[in-house]
Amino acid sequence: MESHSTEILLRWIVLIPLLGAAVNGLLNRKLPRQVAGLLACTTVGISFALSIVVFLRLLGMEAEHRFLTDTVATWIGYGNLSVDLGFAIDPLNAVMALVVTGIGFLIHVYSLGYMAHDQGFQRFFAYLNLFIFSMMTLVLGENLLMLFVGWEGVGLCSYLLISFWFNDEANAAAGKKAFIVNRIGDFGFLIGMFLIGATLLPHLQGGEGLFSFQTLQHHTDLLAPVATVICLLLFVGATGKSAQIPLYIWLPDAMAGPTPVSALIHAATMVTAGVYMIARMNFLFVMSDTAMLVVAIVGAATAIFASSIALVQNDIKKVLAYSTVSQLGYMMLACGVGAFGVGIFHVMTHAFFKALLFLGSGSVIHAMSDEQDMRVMGGLKNKLPITYWTFLIGTLAIAGVFPAAGFFSKDEILWKAWSSGHHILWGVGFLAAGMTAFYMMRLVAMTFYGQNRASAEVKSHIHESPATMTIPLIVLAGLALVGGWIGWPHFLGGGAWFEAWLEPVFSGGHAAHGAVVHSAGEAHVAHDVAMEWTLAGASLAWGILGLGVGWFIYTKKLATADSFKKFAGGFPHRVLLNKYYVDEGYEAAFIRPGFRLSKTVLWKVIDAGVIDGLLVNGAALVVAVVGSVLRIFQNGMVRFYAWSFTIGVTVFILYLSFSG
Amino acid sequence: MSFINDHILTLVTFVPLAGSLALWTVIRRDGLARIFALVVALIDFVLSLHLWFHFDPGRGDDQFVERFAWLLSGEVTYHLGMDGISLVLALLTTFLGPLVILSTWSAITKRVPGFLGFVLFLQTAMLGTFFARDMLLFYVFWEAMLIPMYFIIGIWGGQRRIYASVKFFIFTMVGSVFMLVGILWLFFQAGSMALTDFLNLQIGHEQQLWLFAAFFLAFAIKVPVFPLHTWLPDAHVEAPTAGSVILAGVLLKMGTYGMLRFAMPLFPDGVTFFAPAISILAVIGIIYGALVAMVQPDVKKLVAYSSVSHLGFVVLGLFSLTPMGVAGGIFQMLAHGLSTGALFLLVGVIYDRRHTREISEFGGLAHQMPLYATFFMIATLASVGLPILAGFIGEFMILFGTFHSSTLVHAKLFAILAATGVVLGAIYMFWMYQRVFLGKLSNDKNRNLPDLNLREIVVLVPILVFIFWLGVQPGFILDKIETSVEHVLAPLGVEQHHESQTSESHHARILPAGGTGSPNFVVLEAESH
Repeated sequence: MESHSTEILLRWIVLIPLLGAAVNGLLNRKLPRQVAGLLACTTVGISFALSIVVFLRLLGMEAEHRFLTDTVATWIGYGNLSVDLGFAIDPLNAVMALVVTGIGFLIHVYSLGYMAHDQGFQRFFAYLNLFIFSMMTLVLGENLLMLFVGWEGVGLCSYLLISFWFNDEANAAAGKKAFIVNRIGDFGFLIGMFLIGATLLPHLQGGEGLFSFQTLQHHTDLLAPVATVICLLLFVGATGKSAQIPLYIWLPDAMAGPTPVSALIHAATMVTAGVYMIARMNFLFVMSDTAMLVVAIVGAATAIFASSIALVQNDIKKVLAYSTVSQLGYMMLACGVGAFGVGIFHVMTHAFFKALLFLGSGSVIHAMSDEQDMRVMGGLKNKLPITYWTFLIGTLAIAGVFPAAGFFSKDEILWKAWSSGHHILWGVGFLAAGMTAFYMMRLVAMTFYGQNRASAEVKSHIHESPATMTIPLIVLAGLALVGGWIGWPHFLGGGAWFEAWLEPVFSGGHAAHGAVVHSAGEAHVAHDVAMEWTLAGASLAWGILGLGVGWFIYTKKLATADSFKKFAGGFPHRVLLNKYYVDEGYEAAFIRPGFRLSKTVLWKVIDAGVIDGLLVNGAALVVAVVGSVLRIFQNGMVRFYAWSFTIGVTVFILYLSFSG
Repeated sequence: MSFINDHILTLVTFVPLAGSLALWTVIRRDGLARIFALVVALIDFVLSLHLWFHFDPGRGDDQFVERFAWLLSGEVTYHLGMDGISLVLALLTTFLGPLVILSTWSAITKRVPGFLGFVLFLQTAMLGTFFARDMLLFYVFWEAMLIPMYFIIGIWGGQRRIYASVKFFIFTMVGSVFMLVGILWLFFQAGSMALTDFLNLQIGHEQQLWLFAAFFLAFAIKVPVFPLHTWLPDAHVEAPTAGSVILAGVLLKMGTYGMLRFAMPLFPDGVTFFAPAISILAVIGIIYGALVAMVQPDVKKLVAYSSVSHLGFVVLGLFSLTPMGVAGGIFQMLAHGLSTGALFLLVGVIYDRRHTREISEFGGLAHQMPLYATFFMIATLASVGLPILAGFIGEFMILFGTFHSSTLVHAKLFAILAATGVVLGAIYMFWMYQRVFLGKLSNDKNRNLPDLNLREIVVLVPILVFIFWLGVQPGFILDKIETSVEHVLAPLGVEQHHESQTSESHHARILPAGGTGSPNFVVLEAESH
């Protein structure tokens, strides 16, 4: 590969899936299924291969100079506002690119099997390809506005795929909800961008890309005075896309989409976009302690809030959905305490094990004739062995059991929270980790252990999934098991290679926060290592305890679970089961009043009553008179109208001409 | 060729009128009338391409100027000219013309030649309005737009067509009368009807305020600006599809065009004085239009109210008094013309089949009409301003331009409030889409509806292509208008490209000394081409 020709691959990484989407979308059912599926998988496969090529090229460069850029054209150029249609890659989005295209490819393959009998097969793959295109635009975009293009694009794909089976009104409603709630976040994002733009615009040299990340990084001094406001506004956007409090409400509903979609978009990739965006803007966030603290608190709060809901859900995908919300909270917590690299590390490991868990749940749902309620499952361990064993690995990973992937990333997050002095947030995260282990084991026990509780009809159809589905499960299980090792920390004798890889991107951030242990003094290091060992041991024990309790209650002592349901009149259980009634609260506080205000006050009273009724009333009298006159002409010829008008105008103009 | 080049504006303007005269006199067969009208509109479009390709975007003043004495002893002239702003709006008009005519193929069955004659007549009036550089000529074209629209609604409209057409007529007339008084006052001051002479006048502070108010009222009704908008939903609901497309696509832009071309450069003191109030009305329009759109039971009325919201963005952009906001406003005029034009065409498609537009009559249409649902989705996305579609560029530039305006007080607040329109737009459009297209195909009457036919596809595809094209390559438009925007804003003292480093000095330059008007009017002398 010629060294200078690598850059141009960036645009092809993005555009090739668009090509797949276009062909599948335009030809649709005219395309045979095999061709459509093969095309979709191939385009993403090519993107993945190209991402690897670019990654290797970066790897071969000096750490400080790992940066490639590919400018396609000017997108918006007006006055000194200049925004390029361009892509750039550095160690941070190289990781994202590999995750998105790699996991994306596996899930495309899985979908071949999962969607095999679906009517909208070609349409599904068109949307899925379109999603990869949008997500790669988001990830590789050279400036904040390109990121926003991808941001909106993935939102659209999410909408289209959630409501994919639109015959069911509930699915359509869930898609719409996702889009609208995300738009609320986008509102903050937009204002944040305006503030950045308005702050920089007067100082820019001609041709300098206003929203280019390079430009922003050069001008942090100018942005410093407004950094807090900008960061909080951008974070509003992130709470939408990455499902944080208070905008997380769309994600659990989004499970209405086909399960591969839940795995790809609503677990592994799109929902981490908010984390990526914050990591991308790290140089701005580190300038504002307030914004960082808000990010950390919201992250921790989301982590524990969502995992508490997951404790009692009976729908297998709902448990995983709330689990995703909770894990995204961990990522935010990492960013908030200045450990952006660790946040991205968790984005990656989470992509492995959560994609695995969702695809595993898809395999279960597939086997159970589209049943999602775990209360009628059970005993699937022997009937779905591959699904079971891979699922178990995913469970160990998310529970943070050594040496699965989740152990390294989640433990690192908790450690960074502790070592940066956020002891309360560490405590919250620690508590949520135990709950995570518990609800995941509950899920495994209800699904795979004990007796099968399904009807005889369903039972007779239970079968292990085809190879297109199980192979991605096995690959992902492998990744969930060993994928965390690239972040093997120093205190366990590893090289913390992942952190070193991202170091150049976040070096500014680490210095500002002093959160890097390794750069501190010797004595400090010794003390920290002891503490690190202690905390890691504690959280490992805590995770295993959670798993054990979950296993014990849901296989041996089901009565305990029942007694919790009756505890305190069943109130706590009911609150959790109904997700703290947050949706109902929003409905009562915003949606219904807004609708009523619009309909009764604005439309009926102001529009029809005041403006039309009172103000136009005078004119209405004239209307009546003119109307009755007009009615006389109703039966006449059109030509009569036309000619009378033409003659009238002509006479008028002639009169004026001669009068002059 | 030089004859064409020298008289190109007259040709582009009056070729449709010639067509309409033919339709009213010699052509009697419906089929022939349709083909004839389509050919005329296509010829006009091709002619207008001459403008596009020979326009010099480096110049901000008028090009292709035609001017000769007309009335009195030369004080009133036949004076046409075109800058970048007129260019893009005229092209929008000639581009939509043939598509509109093609869309009426099966929808209009009574008095076909008469109807098409009015459509072509309207083309002439609209193009003339964009090109006129003599105020009386402008006023003649401006008023001439009323008549065909009045008949299009009043004869070929729905149940309450008389009410709607008369309401439309009276609203617009009322505003125009005030403007006419303003024009006459200026005429007596300047001794001529030439726009350039008006621009050279030294108008007193007080007079500027009154004159601005008179002009603004006329234009605000046409836009329409809240609370002068109530004629619009009625007009749209009663108008036949073609009427709605022209109304939303081009006619509404007359108001914002008039503000930019006349009210703003002529009366800078009026702009400074009224800009905050107008911005408030624009923001109210954005939010109010969206909320009322949300609760409409009729799809067409929903789209009509969404226009109130979208045009609020345009007005806000213009009165942000920043080149970016103004350019965004112009861009949004085009984007709205395309996306809302497409939406009205699409609503017409279903109305032709079902003769109702009540949302509750539908549901699950995507099962029965997948292609139609796809086209509607794209138009919906364009309407809500999804990036890489045209609507995003306009909204972004307007909001960003407003946000960083240093002349408009509380500009940031206005921008933030206006940006809520981005959320509200998604709510009313996606909710409507869900109720019409998704869910089960519950109503048996919708069971055998045919999907889009070839003619309908041919009408819609060019619009959708341009929606994408402008979203990906906005420079296509922005490059044409940049210098002209600078030129037209020059009297307001808004400096292009060299945004002042400190807002204080900017303010000092913007606010003219009270009572003397702005002494630094740039002379808009029409150069012969």
